[in-house]
Amino acid sequence: MKREIPLLISMAAGIFVLIGFFVPHPAIRNTYDDIQQWVIIVVAFTYVLGMANLMRINTEQIQRRAKDWPYKLALVLSLVGTMIVGFFFSRGSHYLDDRTGFSWIYLTFYSSMSSTMFSLLAFFIASAAFRAFRVRSVEALLLAIAALILMIGRVPIGNAIHPAIPQIADWLMEIPQNAAKRGILMGAALGVIATGFRVILGIERTYGSEGGG
Amino acid sequence: MKKFAAWILLLVLGASSTPAFGFPLKAVDTPNDKGNDITLSWPAPPHPPQQWVVLRVEPGKSFAAIDTIGGELTGFTDETAKNGVKYRYRLAGLGAGGAGLFSDYSQEAVAEPSWFDTGKRNVFIVITLFLALVLYYIGQAQRGKIWNFRPIAGLAAIEEAIGRSTEMGKGVLYVPGVQDIDDIQTIASMIILGNVARMTAKYETPLMVPANSPAVYTVADEVVKGAYSDVGRADAYRSDLVRYITSEQFAYVAAVNGMMLRERPAANLLLGAFFAESLLLAETGHETGAIQIAGTANVHQLPFFVVACDYTLIGEEYYAASAYLSKDARLLGSLKASDTVKILLILTIVLGCVLLTLGSPGLAEFFATQ
Repeated sequence: MKREIPLLISMAAGIFVLIGFFVPHPAIRNTYDDIQQWVIIVVAFTYVLGMANLMRINTEQIQRRAKDWPYKLALVLSLVGTMIVGFFFSRGSHYLDDRTGFSWIYLTFYSSMSSTMFSLLAFFIASAAFRAFRVRSVEALLLAIAALILMIGRVPIGNAIHPAIPQIADWLMEIPQNAAKRGILMGAALGVIATGFRVILGIERTYGSEGGG
Repeated sequence: MKKFAAWILLLVLGASSTPAFGFPLKAVDTPNDKGNDITLSWPAPPHPPQQWVVLRVEPGKSFAAIDTIGGELTGFTDETAKNGVKYRYRLAGLGAGGAGLFSDYSQEAVAEPSWFDTGKRNVFIVITLFLALVLYYIGQAQRGKIWNFRPIAGLAAIEEAIGRSTEMGKGVLYVPGVQDIDDIQTIASMIILGNVARMTAKYETPLMVPANSPAVYTVADEVVKGAYSDVGRADAYRSDLVRYITSEQFAYVAAVNGMMLRERPAANLLLGAFFAESLLLAETGHETGAIQIAGTANVHQLPFFVVACDYTLIGEEYYAASAYLSKDARLLGSLKASDTVKILLILTIVLGCVLLTLGSPGLAEFFATQ
């Protein structure tokens, strides 16, 4: 039963959502819209489980003085501190409003650190491009030539060298690149439908294992 | 305000007393909707007024203004109609150029909800065909039919990567992407995770699954727990194999990169929906020397994975992974159906191109999406 009931629920919900996609009548569509809302409510409850998992794993490691425990301590203190500031020190405003302590923490610490992580991408692109453009085969040579034309064609100097370079770059993007991309997208779309059918028909049972609980 | 009310009164009186003249007004039930909508359309007059007042009448009542719209418009949707009530409409010009400008009375229109969205007829046909083929091939698989599929190097490499990790005494890091559980790529990732967890449980290899969403964490935890139980290694399951990290994109990247650099897993499996973080994760993993297998259907991230990972599952290969890994005949039957639909679509595209070139756009128009 522990396997069958979740399978039946997923089948019923899947079939209903599939029908709801084609039927706009309120008798179906209102329930279809309600199911979408249930997803949001269920996901909201999982935050409690997620938070509990985060706190339990990290506090256990701090107690055991496990490897790298100071990082876990920084995480737990930051989490609890941010929650306390958000709940109790918003001075009558909504916690996301400007000039609240929560906004200050978000803008001063999180935004800056997040931007730092994102900016690392520039260096990673450089190192990845260095490896990708090493010409070791005919395919790699074609890739390097296409990339060179595209990079030069996308900046003003490309047009200054020769007006045909930006046009070739556009052609590369619009014809060969688009053709390959659409082929991948069509294959992926069929994969999506096949995966959906497997779940709805109950033949994909990985998520419905008996479990150890 | 008083001046506007006087205008409306004048127009309403005019509408109810003036005989029909002017220009035609068409009112029809809006197709493919959930009711309560009537669509009006009219030709643009040679000298449009500044504004139109939309007037409506229902049985037993007099004309009433329901909205004022721009004079340049030639269409309007009445979203306040009651289902099953017969309405008639009329337009009256307002402001400069609008004096005495009235449309004819429209014919009666009744709003009704639709039971089938005819705009999605093409999708319905393809989905029905696909479903019929899936059921047919599953039936064949159950009767013992076996098909041969081309080998996918990335999928064969998953078991190899887990074996390598086992030999090196290191762990396997499984990153299920950064989308929530309602994304089909994440669902596919959870299915592959079940197969991966069975292998790690069998080989007693440490598994790390950092989740970026509490819903993904909850599902992944159940999947891993179930997989360990399925291979008789429930005792080896630990509740910290799957961890919720954070839902913030770059904070998640920082945490996962930290795990790669500190724990040094021998295999990184990046399977799911990825965005800007794809290269940040894959390059960090490359620097640690781990064998990396990535899979996603996000086309824009594929080049990053191709460059930085040892194997990449591209689009449909990613969705086919669970069937390949489990070798379940019924799942392979769904792959066969997918391939058959692909062949049919290719033939339809070629036929559509030929017909369009010959001046017959019917097939191309049928497959046009809304």
